Amino acid sequence: MDLLRFITAGSVDDGKSTLIGRLLYDSKSILADQLEAIERSTKNKANGEIDLALLTDGLRAEREQGITIDVAYRYFSTPNRKFIIADAPGHVQYTRNMITGASNASLIIVLVDARHGVVEQTRRHSIIASLLKIPHVVVAINKMDLVNFSEDVYNNIVIDYSNVAKQLGLNDVTYIPMSALQGDNIVDRSEHTPWYDGKSLLQFLEEIELDNDVNLTDARFQVQFVIRPQTEELHDYRGYAGKIASGIYKKGDAVTVLPQNIQTTISQIEIAGKEVEEAFAPQAVVLHLADDIDVGRGDSIVKTNDLPQTASELEVLLCWLDDKPLQAGNKYLLQHNSRTVRAVVRNIEFKLDVNSLQQQPVEGTVKLNEVVKATIKTSAPLAYDSFDKLSTNGCAILIDETGNSTVAAVLIQS
Amino acid sequence: MSYRLNYLQELEAESIYIFREVAAQFERPAILFSGGKDSITLVQLAKKAFAPGKFPFPLVHIDTGHNFQEALDYRDWLAKEIGAELIVRKVEDTINAKNLTEPKGKFASRNWLQTHTLLDTIEEFKFDVCIGGARRDEEKARAKERIFSVRNDFGEWDPKLQRPELWNIFNGKIHKGENVRVFPISNWTELDVWNYIKEENVSLPSIYFSHEREVLIHEGQLIAISPFITIDADDVIKTMQVRYRTVGDMTCTAAVESNATTLDEVVNEIKATRISERGETRIDDRVTEAAMEDRKKGGYF
Repeated sequence: MDLLRFITAGSVDDGKSTLIGRLLYDSKSILADQLEAIERSTKNKANGEIDLALLTDGLRAEREQGITIDVAYRYFSTPNRKFIIADAPGHVQYTRNMITGASNASLIIVLVDARHGVVEQTRRHSIIASLLKIPHVVVAINKMDLVNFSEDVYNNIVIDYSNVAKQLGLNDVTYIPMSALQGDNIVDRSEHTPWYDGKSLLQFLEEIELDNDVNLTDARFQVQFVIRPQTEELHDYRGYAGKIASGIYKKGDAVTVLPQNIQTTISQIEIAGKEVEEAFAPQAVVLHLADDIDVGRGDSIVKTNDLPQTASELEVLLCWLDDKPLQAGNKYLLQHNSRTVRAVVRNIEFKLDVNSLQQQPVEGTVKLNEVVKATIKTSAPLAYDSFDKLSTNGCAILIDETGNSTVAAVLIQS
Repeated sequence: MSYRLNYLQELEAESIYIFREVAAQFERPAILFSGGKDSITLVQLAKKAFAPGKFPFPLVHIDTGHNFQEALDYRDWLAKEIGAELIVRKVEDTINAKNLTEPKGKFASRNWLQTHTLLDTIEEFKFDVCIGGARRDEEKARAKERIFSVRNDFGEWDPKLQRPELWNIFNGKIHKGENVRVFPISNWTELDVWNYIKEENVSLPSIYFSHEREVLIHEGQLIAISPFITIDADDVIKTMQVRYRTVGDMTCTAAVESNATTLDEVVNEIKATRISERGETRIDDRVTEAAMEDRKKGGYF
C-alpha cells in the first residue's frame, strides 16, 4: 500500500467541496456519526438534501460564508492506496493557502464547471501547478449533468485546456467528465457518458503510477541534527541525522560535504539505530563519515560524482505570500530546508502575470500573491539544484526577520 | 531491492523529519504526554529519530485528576523505561491556586481547565515548543492546523493568521513569549496509528484491550463508573466487556463494548467500525459544531 498526496483546486462554486465529500462518502470514509452531524447542520440551512460540501468546511467563518479559506487535509484509503487530500481554497485572495497545499502534492485535480469551461481561475490554478512542478494533472470537468452530459461540451473544454497545458508545459494531463453532486464517474463509470472510455476518478487515482515521482538518481542529503550521545560506550559517536531528499546512498560512497567542499566517504548508515547497507529517498537516516570533519546543521552531503550547484547569488522566482509588500533591497532570512542564511532581494526583473504568464514590468512594490523574477544574494553559499531539475533541493522560503512570518516561496532557477 | 516505501514507512519518515527539526530549531522542547496511544506513538517515533542518543525531550503530563489509573501507571513506567524526565502538573493545583470554578454537571469535565495548567506549565519551564499527538483526521478544526502551529503568548491559535507551510520547510521562528505547538503525526489517521503500534509492537496501557468494567449507559455511550461522575437513581449501570478506543479523562471518554484482547483483534475492530473515534468516545465534543475550534483558539493543544 502506498501513499498519494493530491490537491483539489477550483473556483468558487465549481463543486470542489462536493467532489471531496463525494469521494469520502463513496469510498465509505465518512462514518455514521459524521454523517449524522452534517445531516443536523443541513437542517439548519435552507435546502433540504444532505450537503456533502459540509463535510469539508472546518472553520466557523467558512461555514458562515460558504467558502474555503485555508487548506484542510482529508484522508481516505482504498485497499491499495492511502490518499491525503489538500482541500485548498480557490479564491485569489487565498492563493498563499493554496500554495501551502500544493507544495506537497504529486497530483492536482483542477475543477472546471462544464457550463463555464476554462476560466481565469482555471488558468491561475494551472499556472501554480506548473510553477510548483506538480507531476500529474487531472482536469475534472464537473457538473456534466447541467449540460446534459454533452460530449461536445466536454470535447471543447478538452481542446481549450490542452492549449493552456501546452503553454504551461503540463505534460501529464487526464480529462474526466463527471457530476460530483450525482456521483457520475466518481467511483464507477457513469452510464450517462457512454462516449467516455476513460477511468472513473477514483479508479484513476488508485491506479496512477507514482514510482517515478521520487528522484532516485541525484543523491541529496542535508544535515538536520548532529547526534552525539557523549556517553561512555558511545563516546566517539557522531552521526548526521537527516532525510534523504533524493537518490540512494550506500556505505562506501565517495561524498562531498557542501558548502565546505570537503571529500570523504560514507562509513556507516543507520535507520532508527540499526545499521543498513544502503538507504534511499525519502528515508530518515543517520549518516557517518569516514573522516573527522566539521559538519553541522544545514550542510549537504552529496555524492562526489553528482554535485549540486554552490553559490551565494541566485536567480529565483518568488511567490509573495505576505500582506507587507516586498521592495528591492529588503533583507530576510532564507531557509533552504534545514539551512538558514541571511538574504537580500536585489533586482526584481519582472512580474509574472498569473493569468496570462506574460512578463510584466514591476511598478513599485511586490504585493501579496504576486510572482516575480528576482536575484537573491545570500550571506553564505547554498548547495542547491534548480527547482525544475530537482524540486526538493531547489525550494526555499523567505522569513521576515522582525515579524518571523513566512513571506515568500522561493523557486530557485539557477 | 525495491526503492519504494509503503505508506506507513513514508509517514514514519515524515514524522521523524519533523521531530529532528524541532530538536534543532528550539531550545526548550517538551512532549505533551497523556498516556494515550497517540502520545505513545510520538514517543516511539522520537526514540527512533534520535537513536542511539538520549531521549531528548521531557514528557509533560497535565493531570486532570480524572485519569485512568492504568494510564498513569503506564506513564510512570514508560518515562523510566526510556530514561525521560517526567513533569506532572495537576489541574487540581491550578484550581486551588487560582480559585477557578470547577465545571458542574453529571459528567463534569476538567478538559477546558487543562488549558490553564498547560499555559502555566509552559511558563514555568519556559518551553518554547510543545509536541502534541493531535491528528488532522480527528476533527474538522484540527484538519486545518499547520504542523508547526504558532501560538501567541496566551497560547491562542488564530486560524486566519496561519503561516504558509511550504514543502517540508518548517519555520519555527518566534518572538519571546510565543510558543509553537508541533504535531508530528498530523497526517496519520486513527487506523495508521493502530497499524503502526501493531507493526512496531509498542506496548499500550491495558485499558486499550478488552476488560470487565462497570459502566453507566448514557445516550448510548458507556461511561466508566468513577468517583468523578454523578450517578442518579434511575441510571442504568451494567458490568460489561469493554475496551477504550481513546484514553482521556474518565469523565469525558467513553468505552466501547469489545472482546478484543490482542492488537490484531483491536485493529480488525477499528477497520470494521462505522463510527468515528471522537464520535464514539468523546463526550466533550458533542456540544457545539465548533467545540474544538473554540478550545484551540483558547490555547488548548
